[in-house]
Amino acid sequence: MSNLVLDVKNLDVTYPAAGFGKKPFKALHNINIQVGQAETLGLVGESGSGKTTLGRAILGLAPVSAGTIEFLGKDISHATRKDRRALSRDLQVVFQDPYTSLNPSMEIGQILAEPLQIQGLGEAEAKRRIAELLDQVGLPSDALNRLPREFSGGQRQRVAIARALALSPKLIVCDEPVSALDLTTQARILDLFLQIQKDTGVSYLFVSHDLDVVRHISHRVAVMYKGEIVEQGPSAQVTVNPTHPYTQRLLMASPVPDPDRQEKRRVERKHLLEQQARELQSQG
Amino acid sequence: MFAFIARRLGSGALLLLVISTIAYFLMFFSTSNVAMNILGEDASPEAIIAKQQELGLDKPILERFWGWLTHAVTGDFGTSWFTNEEIIKTIFNRLPVTMTLVIGAILIAAVLATVLGMTAAVKGGAIDRLVQFLAVAGFAVPNFVVAIFLVTLFAINFALLPATGWVPIQDDPAQWFLSLILPTSALVISTVASAAQQIRSAIKAVLEKDWVRTLRSRGIPQREILFKHVLRSAAPSGLTVLSLQFVGMLGGAVIIESIFALPGIGQLAVESTSKGDTPVVMGVVVYTVVIVIVVNLVVDLVNGWLNPKVRV
Amino acid sequence: MSTSTAAATHGSAIVRKSLFKRLVANPMGATTGVFLLLVVIIAFIAPLIAGFDPAATDTNNLMTAPGGAHLLGTDSAGRDVLARIFFGAQTTLISAVLVVVTSIAIGVPTGLVAGYYGGKFDGIASWIANMLMSLPSIIVLLAVRAALGPSIFVSMVVFGILIAPGFYRLTRTAVMSVRNELYVDAAKVSGLSDVRIIAKHIFTVVRAPIVIQAAMISGIAISIQSGLEFLGLGDSSMISWGVMLNEGFRNIFVNPLLVLWPGIVISLTIGSFALFGNAMRDALEDSQKISAKNKKRSDASAAASFAVAETEVPADADKHLLTVGHLSVGYPQGDGSLKKVVSDVSFFVDKGEVLGIVGESGSGKSQTAFSILGLLPSNAKIASGHILFEGSELVSATEGAISQQAMTQFRGKRIAYIPQEPMSNLDPSFTIGYQLVRPMTEVLGISKKEAKARAIGLLETVGINNPERVFKSYPHEVSGGMAQRVLIAGAVSCEPDLLIADEPTTALDVTVQAEVLDLLRDLQKRLGMGMVLVTHNFGVVADLADRVVVMQYGRVVETGDVRSILRNPQEEYTQVLLSSMLEGKTPMTMLTGNAKEQ
Repeated sequence: MSNLVLDVKNLDVTYPAAGFGKKPFKALHNINIQVGQAETLGLVGESGSGKTTLGRAILGLAPVSAGTIEFLGKDISHATRKDRRALSRDLQVVFQDPYTSLNPSMEIGQILAEPLQIQGLGEAEAKRRIAELLDQVGLPSDALNRLPREFSGGQRQRVAIARALALSPKLIVCDEPVSALDLTTQARILDLFLQIQKDTGVSYLFVSHDLDVVRHISHRVAVMYKGEIVEQGPSAQVTVNPTHPYTQRLLMASPVPDPDRQEKRRVERKHLLEQQARELQSQG
Repeated sequence: MFAFIARRLGSGALLLLVISTIAYFLMFFSTSNVAMNILGEDASPEAIIAKQQELGLDKPILERFWGWLTHAVTGDFGTSWFTNEEIIKTIFNRLPVTMTLVIGAILIAAVLATVLGMTAAVKGGAIDRLVQFLAVAGFAVPNFVVAIFLVTLFAINFALLPATGWVPIQDDPAQWFLSLILPTSALVISTVASAAQQIRSAIKAVLEKDWVRTLRSRGIPQREILFKHVLRSAAPSGLTVLSLQFVGMLGGAVIIESIFALPGIGQLAVESTSKGDTPVVMGVVVYTVVIVIVVNLVVDLVNGWLNPKVRV
Repeated sequence: MSTSTAAATHGSAIVRKSLFKRLVANPMGATTGVFLLLVVIIAFIAPLIAGFDPAATDTNNLMTAPGGAHLLGTDSAGRDVLARIFFGAQTTLISAVLVVVTSIAIGVPTGLVAGYYGGKFDGIASWIANMLMSLPSIIVLLAVRAALGPSIFVSMVVFGILIAPGFYRLTRTAVMSVRNELYVDAAKVSGLSDVRIIAKHIFTVVRAPIVIQAAMISGIAISIQSGLEFLGLGDSSMISWGVMLNEGFRNIFVNPLLVLWPGIVISLTIGSFALFGNAMRDALEDSQKISAKNKKRSDASAAASFAVAETEVPADADKHLLTVGHLSVGYPQGDGSLKKVVSDVSFFVDKGEVLGIVGESGSGKSQTAFSILGLLPSNAKIASGHILFEGSELVSATEGAISQQAMTQFRGKRIAYIPQEPMSNLDPSFTIGYQLVRPMTEVLGISKKEAKARAIGLLETVGINNPERVFKSYPHEVSGGMAQRVLIAGAVSCEPDLLIADEPTTALDVTVQAEVLDLLRDLQKRLGMGMVLVTHNFGVVADLADRVVVMQYGRVVETGDVRSILRNPQEEYTQVLLSSMLEGKTPMTMLTGNAKEQ
């Protein structure tokens, strides 16, 4: 991988103690991940695994206590807000909840103009770019003067994606961008992500709790469990033939939409759990 | 639990110190004419200087404050500049009047507000709108206007109840009760609706909780869900509302006591401030702050006890 | 994906109006607004319209009755009452403005800083705010008057300080709720400075509540100001409503009218401020929440009786455990229409059978489930249809709802419910044990001791390792997965015949979901329960269901055996749903063929 966009080395994130007599909370421990150009790294894990924290650390929204985050060859683990302003040209984000990720009192046009204005784009130029963006994410051009609440969840997520795309970034951190959406909407938004990558060559760090989603969209996949990465590799391998016991359990736990195959999977899962229990016992 | 109480008491003591310091130094600005006010306009300059020395006004402010503070912590607030009465005695003589008024009013208001708030939240419809209307009306009509209205109607027009005055309970229980009706009503009327409205919102918020629905699905009778579960969960917000109302009533009592000529703390406050009787004003301020701290502490303790996450 | 938001988001075109327009459209807002405007105008042009010098005494005309030259009569010094009311408006408004300006100037900036940065500043500022809030303002103002003299305006500035915590708390709470919103995070990622984030994203949120609070505080300020003057603690040479009250009260035995006029204008002005604030709040909520509107409107119609439209009683209803026939559920709207969330839905469940109801948000699947339980929100109405449990009708024809009387004999005992969110469905104030024992003593009529033994057994059955400890725990002391097991234990505690499970695994992690599915299947088989399983997940359907009902926009799209629905869906919508599934698809390929399709 010669064109590394993101290179995270030995990253620790520790939240300071919440009160007297409480211990600081170590959310991430010794994380190493890399994302190449036009590549998608899927980050999968259950609640509390630290997958969201990792995305937030890269965006400067979580306290890095050790290690480095190299973005386009520069360490950004302790970038200031001013550095972030320059960084935001290349590093963007799409959050999970399309209801709270857009300011309810701002019109879509203003929301999309914000990143452009920060970079000092002229008004006419900004207008043109916004029109382009709306078309790119499949929103009608009259969306400009409307408020987020006038749109459905899927449409709002399109707005959030357009905002992330505004400055043609190199990497977008996608934090569970489809988990709040209905099945059919999820399919369309995933298609949109794929299409954009094909058109622009952007890289994604794609965080999700859903192994199916991660398998569908990622080139490579990293599995997180209790603040650590337990397994990492090509998507086809990690999400189909995992080697780590936790990933195996995760894969088997996800039900398949056919009663007979699901019955088979239940039996396989039972065997797997029994086998893992035996191994654990024999180890000590 | 003990740590919690200790922290709250410490915070209360600090509050008391800060307030009395501010109050004392503010009073400093107004003591220049006191000697003349006490002795009358035609007092001789020598007499005035002598009086000032007697009151200790010639000493530096810090020395005076220190003297006041060291006495105050032992419960000695000195004597009134005008009547020479011991302040602590004056306050204790007047305390029963104010406390009867305020505690009676808050208890009545609490019961009424809970019943009204609960009915409005559960039944909705007409009673709900009535409570909301009354809350605005109660907010709009200040307590002294309510009091004046009550006096005009029941004391002057119908002459059913005494307009003013206070009869100690040991003198004549019946008259004592009658003399309390109008002032207590004035306090209750101007607070109950807004308290009811806030309790209504608190109960409504609890009623929307998922677990209320789940309890119903389990076959628990509606009445039990309301009185055991919902009321319990809404209690902390309700108590907080009532504690704020109580503080409001302490202030309201000042005006009510004036209107009905009740010899309580409020009247003492009005008299002493208009005369500039600094030691008495200080005494009243300290007494009020202490009561407020105690009430807040009790409410915090009860709320802590009600919440299993805090209770240890 | 709860039910209320779903209903609101589907196909609602909203016409946006400016806050001002909505405010004027509201009769309360318009009336009080006009009145307040009138007070302001009168205060400004008082010298032009008063007709009399408000301070001019006239010993020949003491306390004349209203009418004639003196429209409202004269007071004890023969001064014109109306002129004094007009001029008094000046004092009143200046006081209100002083209080509001002082308290906003102190409260809002401190609240912004404390809310956004938190930390030590927040700690100290909040302590001071609590301290100021807990003081009876009248007594403090008395002390201030003793110290600084009788000027009412000085008192008002001090009162502004005393009441500043109101703005402080409001701002702080609003900022804290916004501070962690994702759009603020997005702004940070864009490199927006704190000052600009506060100005652009945060201040816009607190602006409206501040204006509303200002209206309320204006009312309080007028009340306090006239109260002080009424006590004779103001500057008696001033012309104000409070001073007029004071003088009137001294002559109350002679002429009660003299307290009436100032009393009325004071109350009207304060009330107008309060109602104007309320109207502003309503106008604002109107624009923010569409769903909240539904709630409000229906309050009015909730009391009205509601007849269920007649439909045929389903045949062979007594052969099935549960029969739902032509069920329609809706929420009454302000214009008298009914917004339907469930339309003409029919299905049945047999004994020991699992029926999956599948659909996306807004499909009405949860509303259908709550209808069966008789646990719809109180403003919901059953417009038509039947729900029969073993042939006995649950819908009351006259109430437009489930007959609570008919339901009492079944709920908890024969029909039980498993909710979606484990943590929010246990009462945080009672132990898990109590919440398991009480339904059993009520429904089964067994003793507490017996119920406790049974509860411990149940907790063991649902796979809890330390049932004794969990029995004594409060809900906040157990994990989400554990809480869901507790809820399942509660649902099956009285061995029901029908279990209604509303997305029972949606809130859980995948690995926990698999365990809970195993548990549900096991219990369902063992107790031979019929089950209605509401879910959006076809995997869950495949795992548990025997038959499937597919719903969309409140209607049944397709019903059938689980295998035929999942393998050979007949309806286009079911096909679209299944083709959106990711399992078995080639990664990195388009699912819909058109990413831009709406």
